[in-house]
Amino acid sequence: MNKTLLIFRHEFLHTIKRTGFIILTLALPVLALLGIGIFHIVSGVTRPPTEVTKIGYVDKAGGFDQFATQGNITLVRFDTPEAATQVLIKKDIGEYFIIPPDFISTGIISRYTTQRELTPSAATTAAIKNFISSNLLAGKVPTTTITRVEAPLYLVTTTLTSTGAVAPKQGGFGNFIIPAIFGAMLALALVFTSTYVLQSLAEEKENRLMEILLSSVSTRQLLTGKVLGLGAAGMVQVIVWVVSIPLLLNLASSSIGGFLSTIQITPSLLVLGVVYFILGYSLFAVLSAGVAAISSTVREAQGLASIYTLFPIAPFWFLSLLLLAPSSPIWIVFSIFPFSAPVLVMLRLGLTGVPAWQLVVSIAVLVLSIIGGLLLAVRLLRTYVLMYGKRPGIGEIIRNLRVK
Amino acid sequence: MDIIKPDSGDIAILGEKLTEASKNRLGYLPEERGLYRKLTVMDSIIYLASLKGMDSRSARKKADELLNQTGMLLHERKKIDELSKGMGQIIQFIVTIIHDPELIILDEPFSGLDPVNTELLKKLIIDLRNQGKAVVLSTHQMNQVEELCDRILMIDNGRNVLYGNPTEIKSKYRSNSVILDFEGELGQVLGVTEKRAHKGYVELVLDANTTPKQVLERLVSTGIIINRFEVATPSMNEIFLEVAGKNYE
Repeated sequence: MNKTLLIFRHEFLHTIKRTGFIILTLALPVLALLGIGIFHIVSGVTRPPTEVTKIGYVDKAGGFDQFATQGNITLVRFDTPEAATQVLIKKDIGEYFIIPPDFISTGIISRYTTQRELTPSAATTAAIKNFISSNLLAGKVPTTTITRVEAPLYLVTTTLTSTGAVAPKQGGFGNFIIPAIFGAMLALALVFTSTYVLQSLAEEKENRLMEILLSSVSTRQLLTGKVLGLGAAGMVQVIVWVVSIPLLLNLASSSIGGFLSTIQITPSLLVLGVVYFILGYSLFAVLSAGVAAISSTVREAQGLASIYTLFPIAPFWFLSLLLLAPSSPIWIVFSIFPFSAPVLVMLRLGLTGVPAWQLVVSIAVLVLSIIGGLLLAVRLLRTYVLMYGKRPGIGEIIRNLRVK
Repeated sequence: MDIIKPDSGDIAILGEKLTEASKNRLGYLPEERGLYRKLTVMDSIIYLASLKGMDSRSARKKADELLNQTGMLLHERKKIDELSKGMGQIIQFIVTIIHDPELIILDEPFSGLDPVNTELLKKLIIDLRNQGKAVVLSTHQMNQVEELCDRILMIDNGRNVLYGNPTEIKSKYRSNSVILDFEGELGQVLGVTEKRAHKGYVELVLDANTTPKQVLERLVSTGIIINRFEVATPSMNEIFLEVAGKNYE
């Protein structure tokens, strides 16, 4: 078997069998499942009961005698607070409230319950609010107007293209969430996978295995096999995450609903996600190889790597600025800057979209950076493979690389 | 071995320029040793053997054979992490020779080994030599050089300062003296210019016109009991010190 392929297979199998890798790969879907589970438990506790709940009230202002049924809640009138309290103690009603004579001027409603709670439940508040407003408006406006007052508007936004046609991508959180998740996953995958390359090479250099390997294979074979093998392992991680997202979203939208049910993963996003993962990973991997080459120990290499592994995470620090001004020229610059491009482009895709020329330039710059990085990493590895002890400075590295 | 490129000139290995194929004919044991700590003994050997062009099946078969020969077969499923330093070195040695290389380069193979493992390794090296393999042993331990080497090349500051087989070299560096272990009274012996007392023996330095044979005859004629008489040859250690010392001056 080709030696590059042997290294590829060894690195791939060795990595995917590591406990840390397995935990990390499964952590994301498991945490998401856990989140959905917790939501179910919490919402199960706070969900309005399906059976009819009775809420008492004492009308001291007068005129609140209609619309006593609000969904599953029935409002029961009492003449005095004492009478209501007696029934409350017997648990025939869950709570009661008093509409005072000066309610119209003050808006104050006094509520009494036997249960300690942080705030009244949303269902109770809505039922009391709708009961009050419906009775206040009864006879003064048509019933349809009362219904409108209860639920004033459903804001439906349509994004148009420059020609006035309906845009294929309509924006909103539903469209942003997937690129944001992709971006976060990409950042994690880039950091973790390039760390595998760094650790693997630095470890081989630290324990002098590198000398044995290079007496069997060439630097190019070693680097190629390693970068591809560990990249494939990273890809497995990303695939597990990407496959689990639609399943988890389906689960979440069927149970949580809301905007989650509007989320769709478009093929173009999926393709760009994979392209940027491959390119981003390749860039960080060759950079990690170079860093491992000039470091004597794994710890030293990790210290250096912490500088550039900040770049994939950095766009999330400025997320609020990105949300505020997604079209700012600064984001275009960082979408082309190879270290921040993969994650930033993903985030921008969900916000405003990224023009085709920017994608082309960004990908081209990434490819050129990878080629340059690979050549540099091979030379660094050749130059520094047997050098241990003090890490060389930038000047020394440049001088050594110039020597043919 | 193509680990680092030469500053100038070309390197020929086994008569040809180093290629991927010729790397498979080399076995290299570096001074600083290391293996994949989380891999098992067998997996480590098979992987590194495969990089030398062996297929898994023959690598496993040969590994079993060598592990058995070195008494390490019981540990084949253990992780490298779980082995002692000496055991790790034996595994590393197996990795170096498993692919039946024609040229074996051993850099300080005995450093850190206990006497039992040292003897085991020596035996394996001698076996390889007897099989006709070219073994390059890099060491600072001159007693091992004397014991194992057929030819010696001493490099000082990148230059060849001594080359030849140990007998030739010793003879070249021989001083005109004999070693004598005796009982009785040793008086003045003709042709002996100096007597150097050592623990258990005396070194007699001869003048330029006297041979060891003549001195032996004269000693016998004095009537002393001779327990040991031999021509004094310097140890490789002394030669090393002399040659290295010259270059430091």
